[in-house]
Amino acid sequence: MGTRNYRRKTSHSEHGPGDGGRTGSWRVERPILDKSLCIPCKRNKEACFICWLFCPDIVISRTIPPKIDLEYCKGCGICAEECPTKAITMVDEAEFSKEDKE
Amino acid sequence: MQAKTTILSLPTEEFVHPGTRACTGCGLAIAYRVGLKALGKNTILVVPPSCLTVLQGLFPVASTKLPCLNVTFASTAAAATGILATLKSQGKTNIQVAAWAGDGGTSDIGLQALSGAAERGDNFIYLCYDNEGYMNTGVQRSGTTPLGAITANTPFKGKLQQKKDVPAIMAAHHLSYVATCSAAYPLDLYDKIIRCKDMPGAKYFHIHIPCPPGWGYDPRYGIKVGRLAVETGYYDLYEIVNGEFKLTAASEKLVEKRKLVPVREYFRAQSRFKILTDEQIADIQNQIDAKWAAYYKKDEQQ
Amino acid sequence: MHIIEDGNAAAALGVKLCRANVIAAYPITPQTPLTEKLSEYVELGEMKAEYIPVESEHSAMAVCIAASSTGARAFTATSANGLLYMHEQIQWAAGARLPIVMCVVNRAVGAPWNVWNDQQDSISQRDTGWIQMYCADHQQIIDSVIKAFWLAEKVSIPIMVCYDGYLLSHTFMPFDLPDQEKVDAFLPPFKPEYALNPDEPASLNTVTLPDVRIDVHGELAHGYMEIRYLLQEELRTSLAVAAAAEKRFAEIFGRGGDPYIEPYRCDDADYVAVGLGSLTYQLRVSVDALRKEDIKVGVMGIRFYRPFPDEAIANALKGKKGVIVFEKALSYGYEGALASDLKSALYEHLAGTGHLPLVQNFIAGIGGREIRTDDLTQTLRAATQSRIAKEPTWIGLKL
Ligand SMILES: Cc1ncc(C[n+]2csc(CCOP(=O)(O)OP(=O)(O)O)c2C)c(N)n1
Ligand code: SF4
Ligand code: SF4
Ligand code: SF4
Ligand SMILES: [Mg+2]
Repeated sequence: MGTRNYRRKTSHSEHGPGDGGRTGSWRVERPILDKSLCIPCKRNKEACFICWLFCPDIVISRTIPPKIDLEYCKGCGICAEECPTKAITMVDEAEFSKEDKE
Repeated sequence: MQAKTTILSLPTEEFVHPGTRACTGCGLAIAYRVGLKALGKNTILVVPPSCLTVLQGLFPVASTKLPCLNVTFASTAAAATGILATLKSQGKTNIQVAAWAGDGGTSDIGLQALSGAAERGDNFIYLCYDNEGYMNTGVQRSGTTPLGAITANTPFKGKLQQKKDVPAIMAAHHLSYVATCSAAYPLDLYDKIIRCKDMPGAKYFHIHIPCPPGWGYDPRYGIKVGRLAVETGYYDLYEIVNGEFKLTAASEKLVEKRKLVPVREYFRAQSRFKILTDEQIADIQNQIDAKWAAYYKKDEQQ
Repeated sequence: MHIIEDGNAAAALGVKLCRANVIAAYPITPQTPLTEKLSEYVELGEMKAEYIPVESEHSAMAVCIAASSTGARAFTATSANGLLYMHEQIQWAAGARLPIVMCVVNRAVGAPWNVWNDQQDSISQRDTGWIQMYCADHQQIIDSVIKAFWLAEKVSIPIMVCYDGYLLSHTFMPFDLPDQEKVDAFLPPFKPEYALNPDEPASLNTVTLPDVRIDVHGELAHGYMEIRYLLQEELRTSLAVAAAAEKRFAEIFGRGGDPYIEPYRCDDADYVAVGLGSLTYQLRVSVDALRKEDIKVGVMGIRFYRPFPDEAIANALKGKKGVIVFEKALSYGYEGALASDLKSALYEHLAGTGHLPLVQNFIAGIGGREIRTDDLTQTLRAATQSRIAKEPTWIGLKL
C-alpha cells in the first residue's frame, strides 16, 4: 500500500527518532557511570539494570556496561537516583563544555 | 497465576524512539514505554489531545512504532469502538486496541464516551495516565487533581475538592478488569496488562504519573515521589477482577508490613501541596489510616 | 423494482445496498426510523455490518472516524441538535479526509426546542469541509446515498446527504429500489490508501505545524496550511468527479440528470426561484400556476450545495431578470446563506456580461411553519413584479 499520496493530504506521520530534536542539548547535568560500582559490570553477568528500566527516554542500553546515549539523554537524573549502588553520578554539563574547549 | 516479570525478563523490544518532546524526567514516558511492551507490536492505539500527543511527535514524525489514531478530546473510547468494529468486520481478531488518555481526557471530558464503550462491552484496554491535572494546557485542575493541590487555576487556595474516584466509576460498569498502577512500579503495570489482555469487554487502567513541572519536584526524584504515594497508603495499587477487589504489588506488601510511611513525606516532596497545613495533613492521615484499618481487618478475616 | 416506502426507509435501503461495514447512531427525531431500520437489517442478518448504538452523536462520528481510518465504509445519520453536537467531529472527519457518509434529516435547532423541519442544522455545517447534497424526493434520497459513497471514496471527502424531516423522512412515496448487482457494479468495495494496521504503523492526525517539515525519509512534508489547502482544492475538483459519478450512475441505472442543479421550466423563464430540497418541488406547483397567468417563471433545485457549483448555477441563470431564493435557514445577522452564495456566483461569472439578475431572498418554513403553496405563488408573483422592500423577507410570519 503506497502511502505517499495519502500523506500529501493528511497528517500521516511515520516513526523515527528525535522528533524533539537532539534532546541531549536539554541536559544541565550529565550522567556518568562508574563501572567499578555497577552491579552487572562487577559480576560480569546480567543483573540489576534498574537504570535501564526507569530511564524515561530509553537512552540506557541493557548491556554490560550499560551505555548512555548522550545525543538524547535529557539528564533527568532518575538513573542516578535509582541506582542501588550509586554507580551513576550527575555531573554539571559545564565541566564538559570546558573539556570540549580544551 | 502468571509468573511475575522481572527487569531481566522484561522484553527488550522498544516501541518508542528516543528524543521525544516529553519533559525531562516525565513519568508518563516511563509508563508508556513499559505499557507498550506489554501491549505488544500487534496493537492499534488511540490518543486524545494531552501530553501524550506531544510525546507522540509532531507531523510528519511519530515517536511511537505502533499505529495510532489521534482523536478529539472527548471521543477516545468511542474511537476505540470504531476501530474494534472495523477489525471485527475485517475478521481480524488478533489485534489489540488500546486507548491512552490523560486524567482530564478520562475523568472529565471523555467520561461519557468511556462509560458508553464500557457499558457496550467493547473489547479494548483503556489506560488513563493520571498526572492529576491538565498538564498539556499548563497545569489546570482536573477531576482527579487531589485536594489541596495548587494548579494554574487553583492558584492560591489549592483544589478545594476531593479527587474523583474513576476506577470505582469504571468498576461500577461491571468490567472484567480494573486496575490501578503507578509509573514508579512499571513491572506491575506490565504484568497487569498481560493478565487482562484476554479478558472480555473493556479493561480499565488508572496509572499514577509523577510529573515534575506539574507537581513541583526535581525530575530526578520522580520514582521516589511515585513510590511515596504508594508507601504512604495515599494511592493504592489494586486490581478488581470480575468484581473481586485485591490489593497488589507494593500495596499488598503494605498490608503484610502493617506500616505506612507518614503521608506528610509525600506532600512535602512536592511544591504543589505547599499550602496544606499540618492540620489538613493530619486530617488526610486520619482518612488514610481509616482506609487501611479496613484493609487490615479484611486481611485478618481471610 | 418499484416500492412504496418513507424517506428514511429509502435512505436505509441505500445504505444496505452500499454494504456499509460500520454504522453508528444515536436516536434523534426525525432520523430515528432510518437508523432503527438499519439495526433491524443487521440483527436479522440481512446486512453484514457492525451496528454500534453509541451514547451520543459526538461518539457516533468518533466511531465513523475511527472505522473509516481503519478501512471501513462507515455511515451515520442525525438531525438538528445531534448534528450540532457532532460539530467538532465533523470538522475532524473532513480534515482527516475520511469518506464517511451521513444522512442529515433536516430539522430546526434549539433553542427553543422544535422537532419540525427546516434546514438550519445542515446549513450551519456548511463550512466544515464536507460535501453537502440535498434531496427533493425519495428516489433522490436512495440514489444520492449510493452516489455519495462512490464520490466520497473517490475524493476522500465526507458527504452529508440532506433531506427534509417529516416532509420526506416520514412520507410514503413510490421509488425504484436499485438491484444489488447493479449497486455492486457501481460501487466497488472501499479500498483506502491507508488503513490503520500494525504491519504499517502510522500516526494519524498528529499535531501539524504552521510550516513544512522534513519527514523520516528526508523529504519535505506539508504543514497544516498545505493540508487544508488541499482539502479546499480537492473539494473544488470534486465537482467534476460528481459529474463523473452522475454519468456512471446513469449508465448503470438508466436515470439521472444534471449533477448539480435541477431546473424546471427555466429555459424560457425570466425569473427563477431557487432553493434546496423538497421546497423546490412544491415551488413547481406555483410555477405551473403562474405560467397559466403568462408569468415566465421557473424553479431550480440545487442538489449540491458544497462544493458550490457556482459556474453551473450562474450559467443556468444567465440572462434572467431575477432570481428568487427561498430558504429554510439563514445566516443570522445577514441573510440566507444560499442567497449570499448565489449573489457571489452571479457576480463572479456574470458581472462581465453587463447584466446581473436581481436576487431576492425569502425565508420560509422556519421550525416547521407551514409553507402554503398559495403563499409561495403569491410571493413569486410579487417578486416578478417589483423588488421587495426588505431582505430577507419572511413568508408566513404572523407578526
Ligand atoms: C474539546 C477540547 N477542549 C479543550 C482542549 C484543550 N486541551 C488539550 S490537551 C488538554 C489537557 C489534557 O489534560 P489531560 O487529559 O489530563 O492530559 P495531560 O495533558 O495532563 O497529559 C486540554 C484541556 C481540546 N484539545 N479540546
Ligand atoms: S542501576 Fe546502577 S548498578 Fe544497576 S545496572 Fe544501572 S548503573 Fe549498574
Ligand atoms: S534516566 Fe535521565 S539522566 Fe539517566 S540516562 Fe535516562 S534520560 Fe539520561
Ligand atoms: S507536563 Fe508532566 S506529564 Fe506532561 S510531558 Fe511534562 S512531565 Fe510529562
Ligand atoms: Mg493530566
